[in-house]
Amino acid sequence: MTDHDVARLRRDFPILERRVHDKPLVYLDSAASAQMPRPVFEAVDGYRRRHHANVHRGAHTLSAEATDMYEAARERVARFLRADDARGIVFTRNATEALNLVAHAYGRHRLRDGDEVLVSVAEHHANLVPWHLLAAERGVVVRGVPLRADGRVDEDAAVAAIGPRTRIVATFHVSNVLGIVQPLRRLADAAHAVGALLVIDGAQAAPHVPVDVTALGADAYAFSGHKVGGPTGIGALWMRPSILETLPPFLGGGEMIRRVEVDRSTYADIPMRFEAGTPAIAEAIGLAAALDYLDGVGLDRVWHHDRSLGRRAVEGLRALPGVTLYGPEGDDRGGIVPFNVDGVHPHDVASFLDAEGIAVRAGHHCAQPLMRALGVDATVRASFWLYTTEDEVDALIGAVGRAVDFFAPWRAEARR
Amino acid sequence: MSALAQMYQAAILEHARRTSHRGVLDPADARQEGVNPSCGDELLVTLRLDGERVAAARYEGKGCAISQASASMMASTIEGRTRAEATELIAGVRAMLHGQGVADGLGELAILEGVRRLPARVKCAALAWTTLEAALAAAAAADTPATRDGDPGPGSAG
Repeated sequence: MTDHDVARLRRDFPILERRVHDKPLVYLDSAASAQMPRPVFEAVDGYRRRHHANVHRGAHTLSAEATDMYEAARERVARFLRADDARGIVFTRNATEALNLVAHAYGRHRLRDGDEVLVSVAEHHANLVPWHLLAAERGVVVRGVPLRADGRVDEDAAVAAIGPRTRIVATFHVSNVLGIVQPLRRLADAAHAVGALLVIDGAQAAPHVPVDVTALGADAYAFSGHKVGGPTGIGALWMRPSILETLPPFLGGGEMIRRVEVDRSTYADIPMRFEAGTPAIAEAIGLAAALDYLDGVGLDRVWHHDRSLGRRAVEGLRALPGVTLYGPEGDDRGGIVPFNVDGVHPHDVASFLDAEGIAVRAGHHCAQPLMRALGVDATVRASFWLYTTEDEVDALIGAVGRAVDFFAPWRAEARR
Repeated sequence: MSALAQMYQAAILEHARRTSHRGVLDPADARQEGVNPSCGDELLVTLRLDGERVAAARYEGKGCAISQASASMMASTIEGRTRAEATELIAGVRAMLHGQGVADGLGELAILEGVRRLPARVKCAALAWTTLEAALAAAAAADTPATRDGDPGPGSAG
């Protein structure tokens, strides 16, 4: 994208006009939550003003309209993931809930004592803890696969670790810390060869790269609305319908039933079986608007833009003495750049940057095993998206340079 | 001066670097771990008690400059105080961090007041004090096992 393109897109994001601590906001935390464009507000607002009613129940006009809009949002998510059957789309609160749904509905009913779940050491806690809960309850063993030097899952080690007891291979698609894209085809083939499922945490991939669940060989794919420019409180799970329709419900309540007696019930078809209670209707409609916007910009262009900014940030930060970068060299990653100022805690760096109007994330990024693998407790993380400018990346580099100087007395002590 | 610069004024950095109260007392009358799960900061506070008085205090752990400075000041301030005085200090620091002003008697701890302008960092400054509170509560419970109920515990770090 040209500077002109980005400038035009930025006009769709009113929050980017904000000032923070009397400085222009430089929002470099899109990997935590992306900002929302106007069409998302308008879609949510329009629904609330003209169509709001409960879905799938009620014979009146508003309920029918709300139901149509909600189901159209489901179709929109299916198109976004290149899924040919929208029955495989279950709306959830976020990617975390989607992964928990798989662990509950599939894991608790299909896995037994001694079965194995294979994960990478770079998973977000959302793709670890649901399996840990399953392990505690069902005697399932969770095994970790190391990363290669380039930050990708060691596919040789993964394929070697996949055996007859492997039932689930769970991995990220784009790392929330390193920003790299994980190739999945070989893992999919190895998993399928032993009858295991490939479960993908797509939370960081959905905003940055085109996703095609069929081409990836995925059996389940989870993502969050708030990372693709949609509202919080909405996310989606795609699961291969031929698997999903064999699973028991996750939560019980209204909307997910076929027939209820006092002492028993039968359950609705998919995907309704997995959507108990009134769903986040406005948020689902907002998510669909966000996907329209994102596809309108084009994910190929977004990926190219993110990668170009990532390269610029890596080059600029690497040139600063006293700054350590993590992750692969070169232009091999999207718009996520983790780093530290040597001898300074990342929270202190983040507070310094905040005072300059620059929003970054600092901490373990819900990836403590990866932090251990990198040999750090925490990092600063700058992340970019379609509205991020080269000037903003340069502002980051300049401010980090000033942070190095600001904390110099403290750093001198830390080196001793 | 920006809120940040005030926050990180020399005294804080000085305290964070100071090592006089860093370490682990062994044996100790109270040994308490504290953690901020959201940021991964960890702290170990050990105390030696002489009756009602805190005879010695040490801290060890990893964390940002604010949490380390707060722990350093906590350990050096608390030595020689009675448990009742310590409880009062803990309440005073907590009130200060939540913008309720600086109580008399906080002395150099008033430096931490600037943290209230960095809402995301209040929990960093509070960690040492909630950990101290838990350490004193555990020591009190160990003294009188029969009355061991209603312990405040580590509580929330916010």
